[in-house]
Amino acid sequence: MRFLFKTSYNQDVGLFRDKVDLFWYSLLGVAALGLPLLMSTYYVTEISLVLIYAICGISLMVLVGYTGLVSLGHAAFLGIGAYAHGYFLKIGIPWIPSVAMAVVITTACGLIVGLPALRMTGIYLTIATLAFALIIQEVFNHWTAVTQGFDGLPVAMPVIFGISVSKANFYYLCLFFLVLSLWLTRNLLRSPTGRAWVAIRDSEIAAQSMGVHLAIYKSIAFAYSAGLMGLAGALYAHKISHLAPDIFNILLSINFLLLVIVGGLGSLHGTIFGAIFVVLLPPIISILRDEIPASLGAAATSTGIAAIGAIGKAIGGFLAKPGVEAGILGLILVLVILLEPLGIYGRWVKIRVFFSTFPMYKRATFKRQKSYMKSERLR
Amino acid sequence: MSLFQADNLSINFGGIKAVDGVTFDVAKGEVFTIIGPNGAGKTTIFNLVSRIYEPSGGRLVFDGNDITQVPPHKIAALGIARTFQNIELFEHATLLQNLLLARHAHKTSGFFSELLFLPSVRRKELEHREAVEKVIEFLDLQQYRDSFIVNLPYGVRKVTELARALCTNPKLLLLDEPSSGLNVEETEDMAFWIQDIKNLLGITVLMVEHDMKLVSAVSDRVLALNYGRPIATGTPSEVQSHPDVVRAYLGG
Repeated sequence: MRFLFKTSYNQDVGLFRDKVDLFWYSLLGVAALGLPLLMSTYYVTEISLVLIYAICGISLMVLVGYTGLVSLGHAAFLGIGAYAHGYFLKIGIPWIPSVAMAVVITTACGLIVGLPALRMTGIYLTIATLAFALIIQEVFNHWTAVTQGFDGLPVAMPVIFGISVSKANFYYLCLFFLVLSLWLTRNLLRSPTGRAWVAIRDSEIAAQSMGVHLAIYKSIAFAYSAGLMGLAGALYAHKISHLAPDIFNILLSINFLLLVIVGGLGSLHGTIFGAIFVVLLPPIISILRDEIPASLGAAATSTGIAAIGAIGKAIGGFLAKPGVEAGILGLILVLVILLEPLGIYGRWVKIRVFFSTFPMYKRATFKRQKSYMKSERLR
Repeated sequence: MSLFQADNLSINFGGIKAVDGVTFDVAKGEVFTIIGPNGAGKTTIFNLVSRIYEPSGGRLVFDGNDITQVPPHKIAALGIARTFQNIELFEHATLLQNLLLARHAHKTSGFFSELLFLPSVRRKELEHREAVEKVIEFLDLQQYRDSFIVNLPYGVRKVTELARALCTNPKLLLLDEPSSGLNVEETEDMAFWIQDIKNLLGITVLMVEHDMKLVSAVSDRVLALNYGRPIATGTPSEVQSHPDVVRAYLGG
């Protein structure tokens, strides 16, 4: 069992609690750097998508997990970032200023969309962001001068300082921006701004009485979240290499929401777990779609019971139906909220505590008390 | 010399006059308690003082300045802190984070220096931590420092509310029913702490309370309200024996 022996306030302020933590995170860093050497280019580009999704996850985590504002329109910010970057590259602006401008533009859009957030709460805000996303999608359709509409906007691999980035090296570019976003976000979360967000999430009235200006901190959260989404969008543009308006649809927004909830609300670790989950899920479903009928069919021929083969065909046919994937996503979302509200990260913490306290682990450690009565009068 | 004055304070909710022409002043260094039956307007006065409600008439004066128009998020920086009757802690944060948030009014860093976590931000964080640790020691909360509020028992949450209010470095502390839901022992502790806050920290306390034992033990002066109107002011024993107060509580 490991005890954390704190000897200085700096330990609570620092990025790592102690040397053991630092060691494990460095090991993870080395593993992340070495990964492309062990894998084929195909898998490396797929993992780049995980990294980009993780940035999207951080963006939405700030808003949903820390500030408590639920957005269903984040695919639109991703789209704005991607199209802005694609357009700037097309008109010949170098890569770094182009990304910077894409981030600035999405941040500004976030600030504008964030304005209604000052007046709306809960489901009403979510609906407003949904409406925003639908409007933006129409803009992508029709503003052909910039987006080229349904003809699509091709985006080549990045060229930075005259050096063109290969598909394998694109992974490192994404990794760099992911680590940067994690670091910046962590910095905000351990300083007054991050605490103000958490305070707004848990009790607006108390936050206000402690000196938090609700409107300003909600706007900052929205703008910062949108800015990160813009950064992710710029990278995403390179990843998919051909932008079309229908990519940035509502299903993508729901995917991002799924990412933060399944990953674990209120933790930055959760964004990574969630990104891995969301990227892996479609291939897993497609593998199941092919494998279940085949394996059950084989079982039917070997045992001679035709019913097993029929069941396999039925499952395969069901999984192949359009829209089933979205249904499965929804089912997973409901199950996670019911069974493990803290998502994969919550499960991870439990496993870690199990091993670090073995054999003294008590299940009751993580039993949550039911909340006490809370005044609704002032809401 | 009075630290806080409410001058002819009124608020209407539709046709109901929840607070109707209440005037009182709180002297520096005293414990001033507002009592009254349920619905008398005690918490409403607190919400008026912390500027969550907009008064329909009257004036609030704190430290010689009119605060009737000050926005609610600036109240803490002026030196008025409050607790809530039904506990409004940040439940999914640790006790330490709750207390650190109370230092928000003393924040000096801008967004971009926090984004990069410049040395100045770190220095200020350590300063906040030191201020918070003093309060933790004062109220004996050391063992709960890293616990999440959702996992803490009710009694500790109540003390945490008090601690959070103290962390803002207030001149005037508003306590909304500090003893509600506490057992006899915890209420006694609360009485000691309120006396210590007054005597050792020199903070003026404005309190709403139902437990008359606690009220008599700690208050210097008491204001009794009924239906939003003041009915008696004076020492605890004077107010308790005032015929109008007896009538308000017992009827008749």
